Amino acid sequence: MTAVDLEPNADDLRRQGDRERWAMLGLASPAVLTVLVIMVLPVGWLFYLSFIGESGGFSLENYGRMLESKAYGRIFWTTFEVSFLTTGICVLLGYPLAYFFAQLPRRAAAVCMLTVLLPFWTSLLVRTYAWLVLLQRKGLVNTWAIDLGLWDEPLALVHNMTGTLIGMVHIMLPFLVLPLYGAMKAISGDYVRAAANLGAGPTAAFWGVFFPLSLPGLFAGSLIVFVLCLGFFVTPAVLGGGRVIMVSMQITTNIELFFNWGAASALGVVLLAITLGILFAASRLLRLDAVLGGGH
Amino acid sequence: MGAYRSIGRRVILRTALGAAAAVLGAGVFAGPAAADGTVTVASWGGSYQKAQSLALFGPAAKAMGITVKEETYGGMSDVRLKVKAGAVAWDIVSSGSGSAARAAAEGLLEKLDFSVIDVSTFYPTLKTDYCVGSDVFSTVLAWNTATYGDNGPKSWADFWDVKKFPGKRAYRAGVAGALEPALMADGVPADKVYEVLSSEGGIKRAVDKIRELKPHIAVWWKSGAQHAQLMKDGEVDMTTGWNGRFDVAAKDGAKVAYTFNQALLDYDCFAIPKGAPNKDLAMKFIAEMSKPKIQANLPLHITYGPTNKKAYELGTIDDKLARAMPSHPDNAKLQLPIDLDWYAKYEQAAAAMYQDMLTE
Repeated sequence: MTAVDLEPNADDLRRQGDRERWAMLGLASPAVLTVLVIMVLPVGWLFYLSFIGESGGFSLENYGRMLESKAYGRIFWTTFEVSFLTTGICVLLGYPLAYFFAQLPRRAAAVCMLTVLLPFWTSLLVRTYAWLVLLQRKGLVNTWAIDLGLWDEPLALVHNMTGTLIGMVHIMLPFLVLPLYGAMKAISGDYVRAAANLGAGPTAAFWGVFFPLSLPGLFAGSLIVFVLCLGFFVTPAVLGGGRVIMVSMQITTNIELFFNWGAASALGVVLLAITLGILFAASRLLRLDAVLGGGH
Repeated sequence: MGAYRSIGRRVILRTALGAAAAVLGAGVFAGPAAADGTVTVASWGGSYQKAQSLALFGPAAKAMGITVKEETYGGMSDVRLKVKAGAVAWDIVSSGSGSAARAAAEGLLEKLDFSVIDVSTFYPTLKTDYCVGSDVFSTVLAWNTATYGDNGPKSWADFWDVKKFPGKRAYRAGVAGALEPALMADGVPADKVYEVLSSEGGIKRAVDKIRELKPHIAVWWKSGAQHAQLMKDGEVDMTTGWNGRFDVAAKDGAKVAYTFNQALLDYDCFAIPKGAPNKDLAMKFIAEMSKPKIQANLPLHITYGPTNKKAYELGTIDDKLARAMPSHPDNAKLQLPIDLDWYAKYEQAAAAMYQDMLTE
């Protein structure tokens, strides 16, 4: 009897649930469609094109070329080398900076944060060319250093790996400091005080309590920096002097050299695959699910 | 830098076109039937297209009593996209000679009708069946006059001689125009360069020669704006590059000079994309722009020379200006004309070897 009584109610609930799900889907559909149109379709199209050869039919020649020529291996190596080094230097510079900001009173921290944010809001191209002006042979840094007697001959600060790293670290630092600062601010001071209360010195309290708690923020920031670096084009193109060749630069070269999109898109596909592989490995090793918000 | 802007524009254009073609079907775009007496010309924009507009497009259109519509584009990869989509809106494109040759080989261009276009007084090497020369430029050896004084390098052998001419060099990041100087520095006479490059091991010989100079090459340049800036800032003491850019830099106060000796004579050209909406009128328009009278205007606006020899005989170009032109007979005879057939055949293979050397 009760079942008969409940049935209309259960139907109602189900209908209401369905309606809610459709409403959710409706609300999400602009975003889903956007992702589909501007992300999934083009990537799928690129993937398809990478298997089209010079003759216009199915071919693996675009991938074969990468194996044949030693240059492609070196270009991928350079891409990851630059990305790892940039991320590493950003961590070394950014962690103390974020830690310092996190210790400051709110108002002072806001002012200090501006020193990170102002460059962040300046055009990337402007900042890259500014480094070129500063670092070149007769640029400000070399001229002043020689005038001050710091070194005698102009140092090769740009048009090489050094210049590329300087420019990229400058551009990437905010992407590390901002999430890291957020994570540090979220760590309650009570934890460190509790550690001190239990007899830990400042160093032990930092390494034993504060540092592990800040790791998710550090991983999140590093990951953003690393992935952004992989696709970087302007800064290495301008500051690398043609000696630092990254995948993104080779893609434009291939578009101009081969009258065939596949030659360029195959590079994009390989870069995407390697990047996803690294992210997968990192998520296993570093438990990134916690970083990206899914865990615990 | 212009190059980055144009890449951005090109990508946007492609994406927009691709999306539009997918949604609407390519047919919609097949020729927005131009009014009688209108040709649409696409070129590279900037000061180059401005000079073309003032010197060539405007006067030729006026002489014919037609209207010319100008657009900018990003090169033959744009033409390929339009031709393959059946949506060609340009009647004429202004192109580099090399990419035009490759586009022609790919079937993207209409064959030119030389019974309409009179090329009898052209330099014979400055045209193909698919692209007729619009201006002549040179890839030259340029040096910093503050570093070397009056005794600058005079040949590619000097460019390679780091004892006699110590200093930093810049060289092109791409293979086009990069191998010929290396062979000349290695002792190959200019008229034998392409013969050697076409022979077994020829490309390797040139690449090895560049490999030898590599420790002294501080920058591998990618654009004309870049090599002009490198000389202006004194970042390098010597470079290869396009003559017109150094003239502009010198006018801006850069300490730079260059020589036409052993330079590579190259040209830009006009081509008609396959399926151009006003093909016949475009042919006549190119014919008009190729006439000596119109060609003689160009040097007044940019330091690139006419492709029609007769343009020098009209008195429009004064003697001093004429002598500065890459295509002036006195200068032309010092130079090696770029061999497009060689590039059509070997460029991709040579580019792979060049890239190998660059990434070592």
